[in-house]
Amino acid sequence: MITTTGLTKVYRDRSRGRDVVALDGVDLHVREGEVYGVIGQSGAGKSSLIRCVNLLERPTSGTVTVDGLDLTALGGGRGPRAGQRLRAARSRIGMVFQHFNLLSSRTVRDNVELPLEILGVQGRERTRKALELLDLVGLADKAGSYPSQLSGGQKQRVGIARALAGDPKVLLSDEATSALDPETTRSILQLLRDLNRELGLTVLLITHEMDVVKQICDSAALMERGRIVESGTLDDLLATPGSELATALFPVSGEASGDDRTVVDITFHGDTAAQPVISQLSRTYNIDISILGAAMDTVGGKQVGRMRIELPGRFEDNVVPIGFLREQGLQVDVAGRPAAGSAAAESQLVKEGAK
Amino acid sequence: MTWSEMQPLLEQASWDTLYMVGVSTLIAVVGGLPLGVLLVLTDRGGLLQNTVLNKVLGQIVNVARSMPFIILMVALMSFTRWITGTTIGVEAAIVPLSIGAIPFFARLVETAVREVDHGLVEAVQAMGGNTWTVVRKVLVPESLPSLISSATTTVVVLIGYSAMAGTVGAGGLGDIAIRYGYERFESGLMWITVGILAVVISVIQFAGDYAARSLSRRGRGSTVPRLRLLRAAAPAAGSVTVPAAEPAAEPSKAS
Repeated sequence: MITTTGLTKVYRDRSRGRDVVALDGVDLHVREGEVYGVIGQSGAGKSSLIRCVNLLERPTSGTVTVDGLDLTALGGGRGPRAGQRLRAARSRIGMVFQHFNLLSSRTVRDNVELPLEILGVQGRERTRKALELLDLVGLADKAGSYPSQLSGGQKQRVGIARALAGDPKVLLSDEATSALDPETTRSILQLLRDLNRELGLTVLLITHEMDVVKQICDSAALMERGRIVESGTLDDLLATPGSELATALFPVSGEASGDDRTVVDITFHGDTAAQPVISQLSRTYNIDISILGAAMDTVGGKQVGRMRIELPGRFEDNVVPIGFLREQGLQVDVAGRPAAGSAAAESQLVKEGAK
Repeated sequence: MTWSEMQPLLEQASWDTLYMVGVSTLIAVVGGLPLGVLLVLTDRGGLLQNTVLNKVLGQIVNVARSMPFIILMVALMSFTRWITGTTIGVEAAIVPLSIGAIPFFARLVETAVREVDHGLVEAVQAMGGNTWTVVRKVLVPESLPSLISSATTTVVVLIGYSAMAGTVGAGGLGDIAIRYGYERFESGLMWITVGILAVVISVIQFAGDYAARSLSRRGRGSTVPRLRLLRAAAPAAGSVTVPAAEPAAEPSKAS
């Protein structure tokens, strides 16, 4: 639904006379009907990315395709015709903002009518559509209020209703919940999730809050210094050993209590989450297991979680129990050992241990 | 001088002043509003960025604004004759008054429009709006309270300028005060004109402030106590009293 290839954005910093690279060759692929979260710290380039998707910022190079339409090819030249095609395309892409950006001089209803005015929808039809959208976001009774009379969450609902006025297929959310308290954040995210399911809306959101990704995203990408360093569906990310995003989504902490201990991170997802693996492990090998930390949650309707456990003895002593955990279909990372590099050596040890 | 002698003089002078100031304010708004908006749009980072045009316009505005009015009036005489066919009288005074007020108002407009949150401009662009839509639906309506204050200030300044219009025989209150009050020692008449000017200026300032305030407090004024009542009633009646999806329906203090 949204595809960017080699997207690059360079800002010219006039005061220092050098260039700032905000986006450094970003390839993003958002499938139709999914909620896609881009997460990163401030300054990572998230905002530039989302603003390049509807060309509020023109990328320095690269292409943006939304719903099969190459936006970067539109409005390239000068003249009214070129700009007009881009504006028409933009009106099919909804956008919600961190600070709502509602017009204080207009009532809630008139704010929702604004994009319809731009689309040229007339009189009664416009009012009907606006009231219908307000009903959809649960604010039918606030139509005559001014934005200053609403709470933050209500303002964002108006922002969402306004973004939906052009019957968009794609909704861009620029930190839409960052100015809201946790409870309101949840209700706004729930609304976005419902809209995604009911209207088949594709949602691209950027955020710096892991909870947002955990609550509504099907897929996620991690941005650092203008690049996407990791991306994929949440399931895939969780199944990837050493995934930074998975670790950030389910942070587990806890230090080994001594030198002769082995710390193991276990990731549960899918069916394995329901199995009593820890007690099985304890009984089968007659070892004492301490749980250092654990995080369980529901992601996309499935139970997933991570647990950090401590086994007595060094890694070499625990090859067999770790092999047992792997056999159960769990993803096991041994702390202090590079996940991928030592995999071969590890499996060698497991085989030896089995003998 | 008796009151019966003063009355027709004052009446005529008051009308002259109001007429001159009224017409030139109208022209100043019609000319200054687009000029002020253009100054914002053509500035660096603006929607119609054009640094050369911006510099040229800015320089013209600066020069015209720093020119003492009485000199502007004299300097514009040939232009005035070209427009109105004469250089004396009320019509002749309107030309320099308007020309003096356009850059003044334009600068105030520029400041007011610059205050509009850029996020709103972006929101309208994201909806597919063009520059004209941004000006019409965002920049002007959102800065309207400030624009009204600016227009009020312009009217008051124009009343001050119009006192000098007597130099070109345009009449008006200022002219009366100088010709009768100062030159003929009719201090009674002078004080009456001062009184009338003070009243006129106060009324205009009050009306302008009132309009600006009631516009900028849209949706905040009378409804605030009602919402407070709602909140007070909420704990007693449960969440039924607050119909919205959000728990707190309090007006935010931001913006």
